Amino acid sequence: MKWLGTILLGGSLLLPPLLAGDFYINLASQILIAAIFALSLNLLVGFGGMTSLGHASYLGVAAYISALLTSRYGFGHGAAAFISILGTAAMAAAFGVIALRASGIGFLMITLALSQVLWGLAYRMSDITNGDNGITGLTRPAPFGISLETPVAFYWFVLIVATIAFVMMGIFVSSAFGSSLKGVRDQPRRMAALGFNPWLIRWITFVYSGFWGGVSGLLYVYYNQYIHPSSLSTTTSAEALLGVIAGGSGTLGGPAVGAALVLLLKNYASAYIERWNMLLGLVFLFIVLVMPAGIVPGVSRLMSGLRRGPR
Amino acid sequence: MTEQRSGYALEVFNLNKAFGGLAVAQDVSVKVRPGERRLIIGPNGAGKTTLFNQISGDLRPSSGLIRLFGTDITYLPPYRRAHHGLSRTYQIITLFAGDTLAHNVSLGLLGLRLSRWQVWRPMSTYRDVAAEARRTLDAVGLLHLADHPISDIAYGEKRRVELAVALAQKPRVLLLDEPLAGLSNTERSAVQSLIASISRDTTIIMIEHDMDKALELAETVTLLNYGRVIVDGERDAVIADERTREVYLGT
Amino acid sequence: MQFWIIQGLNSLSLGGLLFLLSSGFSLIFGLMRLANLTHGAFFMLGTYFAATALRSFEGLNLWVTALGTGVLVAAIGGLFERLVLTRLRGNPLGQVLVTLGMSFIISDACLMIWGGDSIPVPTPRNLQAPTHLFGFVFPTYRLVLVGLAVVAAMSLYLLLERTRLGAMIRAGVDDPQMARAVGIPVSNLFTIVFCLGAGIAGAAGVLGGPILSAYPGLDADMLPLALIVVILGGIGSLLGAFVGSFLIGFIYTFGTALFPELAYIILFLPMILVIAFRPQGLFGRVGA
Repeated sequence: MKWLGTILLGGSLLLPPLLAGDFYINLASQILIAAIFALSLNLLVGFGGMTSLGHASYLGVAAYISALLTSRYGFGHGAAAFISILGTAAMAAAFGVIALRASGIGFLMITLALSQVLWGLAYRMSDITNGDNGITGLTRPAPFGISLETPVAFYWFVLIVATIAFVMMGIFVSSAFGSSLKGVRDQPRRMAALGFNPWLIRWITFVYSGFWGGVSGLLYVYYNQYIHPSSLSTTTSAEALLGVIAGGSGTLGGPAVGAALVLLLKNYASAYIERWNMLLGLVFLFIVLVMPAGIVPGVSRLMSGLRRGPR
Repeated sequence: MTEQRSGYALEVFNLNKAFGGLAVAQDVSVKVRPGERRLIIGPNGAGKTTLFNQISGDLRPSSGLIRLFGTDITYLPPYRRAHHGLSRTYQIITLFAGDTLAHNVSLGLLGLRLSRWQVWRPMSTYRDVAAEARRTLDAVGLLHLADHPISDIAYGEKRRVELAVALAQKPRVLLLDEPLAGLSNTERSAVQSLIASISRDTTIIMIEHDMDKALELAETVTLLNYGRVIVDGERDAVIADERTREVYLGT
Repeated sequence: MQFWIIQGLNSLSLGGLLFLLSSGFSLIFGLMRLANLTHGAFFMLGTYFAATALRSFEGLNLWVTALGTGVLVAAIGGLFERLVLTRLRGNPLGQVLVTLGMSFIISDACLMIWGGDSIPVPTPRNLQAPTHLFGFVFPTYRLVLVGLAVVAAMSLYLLLERTRLGAMIRAGVDDPQMARAVGIPVSNLFTIVFCLGAGIAGAAGVLGGPILSAYPGLDADMLPLALIVVILGGIGSLLGAFVGSFLIGFIYTFGTALFPELAYIILFLPMILVIAFRPQGLFGRVGA
């Protein structure tokens, strides 16, 4: 049953370039980028038991570094991407040391405060970041000389990266380390008594999560060819968190589904309502109050119920 | 200056712990020989679990020294003590409820192995760990439940799994925190015979609030009250001691 | 010299405002273990109400407006607490998420109602004339604000230390289960404290209006400051909120005046130092 689902999903991911028009192909690219971002957050939230409200930090910083290096300092995309990811991971390492001094709500508050500081810096340091105007006129990379200008070409690129991301994160959580991470999430004292180092396990996960957040940031800036301080806002972090919760933080793929739903909602709602933030807030309230385990667990429960047939 | 090879499995010297004005451990000294079966008793609030928590590293002593087979572990973080051969069980069940018995024991086995840091192989491919986990479960008579989630089994069986997880690491010193609490008569005998069957390579230190249940398993006894060691020595001597009677009947 | 004096006063008045804002946050966190992310929005709501009320009604008194707005925002907070937060007892993550959602709702509602432009709040006429002290000239309103913060601090202190309600709150902060066991109506206490916190934030928004003006994003500017104050000063500690507020007031004011681009980093640093060396904050209790 699981294999069938995976094949169907894999197949449907190959369809957009073949069947849909540019608008939908672009939408599919955006969904994949949001999915990587949400999956990276879920390493922390679902598997690590550490809820962060500052994940936008990694997306935004990676995007800004790449944007600045390529547009202002003449770096090639390859080097820019490398430095950008390295820098983002280093920042995650430093942030991790600070944030992991606390846990639970304290951890959440620190991640929020750190990300807000970055957001404020992006606005204020306008000599560097161009402030509220953002950085425009960015280019997309051309890996191995292949142009990514067309929606279709870009979609294939994102799909490949997303597949790698999904597989690597999947291996991560099902590995021995992943088991120890889940153990630390559930019974940290017990795990310490068994010889596991809870802090180091959490910190490594924090950095890895920031790494993939940075990767999604690169894809984000390549897609939009533009970067603005709002990418570092709490709204961005909140959208990812909503995706994680709506999709279900207990599974690997759930957050991807949730992220897709949030993005689709945002797209369609923006056509009719100007106030996306308000809708986001209401959806938050709805999900937390009505469907706290998320949509994917709910649906899978439904599916197994249907398979069992009428009682 | 060479480290003393004192020949003791666990030594506690003049341990003191105070929370603000409240002294929960006062000048506690204990010496346990390798292979010994030590029982720590005392009324509620005597400081038994506080002592355990300081030995396991969950609590930092205000002053004093703790040595494990001669190595000073007083300020080592809890996870490092496991690598020196210390294991413990808890009063409350601290198993991973959603996981199978086999997975719980496997985690116990993983804790001391370098492979716990591996990020590129799925856990399911560790056949040797899985096999060893099943052997451990067999030794405690729970192999038939190996693939059941913890949440499905009875309380007495959970206690045995707690024990199995701690024993899987073949510890040199095993701390058992009220291992017989809340068990029915049949469950209790199962756990008692399990503890009795543990090899002498493992030194056992047990806390029990209710003396009668644990006495058969003990060779030596330490009696605590108000954070102090009151009586300490061979089981029968401690039972007969006047002060023991005072502590339990005098209040 | 005038520059330093003025910046010093600005620091004090910002510190005072921050205290009014973060005292409520600290109380709510201390008692309900809830990081109320709506707090910045409550403040902003107060500022917008003040802007509209004071510009529409000529003779309206700022203090009356502050009081009235405080009550209004307290009511909104109370409704939110009763209808939403109570359903999420024992789910701290859920509570934080709904307060986040609520902050989005309020901030977007403000944008909808008041538009995107910044709306100044008029300073009370009788306080518009500057004060001359020791040969220097001070904006009077800012002096008054500092005084108000001190009065509020003392009132809160008296409330917590000398009244029955305060005793119940302190008991609830120390040990909610025990408090319930001795018959303290913890659930009602939660609502009262949440209303109190929200109300103070709303009133603070009114009082901050003449200095800050009402603008979209005010909530996003104020919330991290409140967070940093509480992280610095310690959760649940009124003294910590007091000291932390003025500390941050000084750092932020002088930082923005001297190094405008780096103000956030300068804010950042004491927070990191405190977290690194004293995670419970300057005055918080360990394990709070």
